[in-house]
Amino acid sequence: MNRREFIETMLPFVALALGLLAWEGAVRYYAVPPYILPAPSLVIVTLIEDWGTLSGSLIVTLSTTFEALAAAVVVGVAVAIVFAQWRLVERAFFPFAVAMQVTPIVAIAPLLLIYLSSGAAVLVVAFLVAFFPILANTTLGLSSADHNLTDLFRLYRASRWQQLVWLRLPSALPYFLAGLRIGGGLALIGAIVAEIAAGSAGRGAGLAYRIVESGFRLNIPRMFAALLLISASGITIYLVLSALSYLLLRHWHDSARGRET
Amino acid sequence: MSLTQPLAPPPDLSLSDCAAAAPLAALRGVGKVFANRLEALKGVDIDVREGEFLALLGPSGCGKSTVLRLLAGLTAPTCGAIDWRGGRPALSFVFQEPTLMPWATVFSNVWLPLRLGGVSKSQARPRVEEALEMVGLGGFAKAYPRELSGGMKMRASIARALITRPAVMLMDEPFAALDEITRIRLNDDLLALKCSLGATVVFVTHSVFESVYLSSRIVIMAPRPGRAVAEIAVDAPMPRDPDFRMTPLYAEKCRETSLALHQAMDLAPPPESSRVEGAKA
Repeated sequence: MNRREFIETMLPFVALALGLLAWEGAVRYYAVPPYILPAPSLVIVTLIEDWGTLSGSLIVTLSTTFEALAAAVVVGVAVAIVFAQWRLVERAFFPFAVAMQVTPIVAIAPLLLIYLSSGAAVLVVAFLVAFFPILANTTLGLSSADHNLTDLFRLYRASRWQQLVWLRLPSALPYFLAGLRIGGGLALIGAIVAEIAAGSAGRGAGLAYRIVESGFRLNIPRMFAALLLISASGITIYLVLSALSYLLLRHWHDSARGRET
Repeated sequence: MSLTQPLAPPPDLSLSDCAAAAPLAALRGVGKVFANRLEALKGVDIDVREGEFLALLGPSGCGKSTVLRLLAGLTAPTCGAIDWRGGRPALSFVFQEPTLMPWATVFSNVWLPLRLGGVSKSQARPRVEEALEMVGLGGFAKAYPRELSGGMKMRASIARALITRPAVMLMDEPFAALDEITRIRLNDDLLALKCSLGATVVFVTHSVFESVYLSSRIVIMAPRPGRAVAEIAVDAPMPRDPDFRMTPLYAEKCRETSLALHQAMDLAPPPESSRVEGAKA
């Protein structure tokens, strides 16, 4: 890394540090009470002091997110394969998948809370928001196999199964991974939204529940600490899925390829 | 890069024997109209003779590629028939693009035709290595396609086409996207491979020079609708020597072929008339 690249890499961190310093300085200078705006240092202190409560909430929210994402991957890929193998099924059901996607899930959450236990409802909401991008991307990917390669498979009398496993699934992998990255972020958002909708009836007590609860108690530093954890979770999920994408595609896909200069 | 070991001895077929025997494949009055009503081929009669190197030459839109796809059985004629002597034999197809699976190594790409036929990796290994050796890619089995140059990708594509030891190789402008130097080397290597395998090759090209250098017979096609309009035999021994390009015969055949190609293009009506009657309604 040369000097210029080093400076460019560090710039966002410098900006962040300056912003936090300004925040800290302003809070101290104007003696803003912590129930209006806590200083960043107080948020960190709260994070450490309340770690027992917050870490439990973090685990609840993350497990909802990952369970929902795992279910979205399994169901999304399975439905995409069914769509790709039987075009008529896709014609029949894809409009409903789209309708489900464009209906704001927040609006469905109260309804789900009537029919399901609150824990199940939270999981279903997170699943529903993560499901569609994975389904849509994988369906597109499965039908994007190179036409000449498809002809080649036909020429060598490949079965439908061979064509699926050795041609269409690998062709769909970059599309699936793009859908997974979107779905990973959305699963977290879905979990948070559902926890807020479920309120105190929430499954265990996730981070969003902590935010709502701390708001009622005017424990603003804890609200910020919970928010920080949610944000960090989102960033971590994105980075992990990006790394997974890079690892799986680095040998062959242009998206994982550095520019040769 | 040249071949080191031939796979099988060349069959004992001289050019005159080929011409006398019944054709390996015969297109008889073949017409093809696409779903968009474009008439790609009309009344096409072409013979493919066993062991020959047949070039299909013509301007773009004359249906050369469609003839290959018909021979491969990838599409069916609208009218007419394609008769194979003794049924459609083992075929292979080389596209204009290398058409390799980017997620698979060179080994897996070449293995594919055998794999689809149920040959395991360990069983296929010696044959894959032999085919890679033949096209000059020995030692590249573990490489991924994107690590190869354009010419090497095309060599991998040819190795994949050779792996099933096909009786007929169909090639659709395989070298059109390559540079001149790579193309000349691949031309010579292809001829050497063809002769050592004794395969029949049908080779689509839009290059007069390539068709004369490579083939024992050239069929010239005209567009709108696509049809065969002329045939030129190139009676020079196979495989060709690079010096063949310096001979009077080569110059003469290039001139003759150029002339026939220009006549074929003059025969073509303007593009508007390429649709089937009644399509305007």
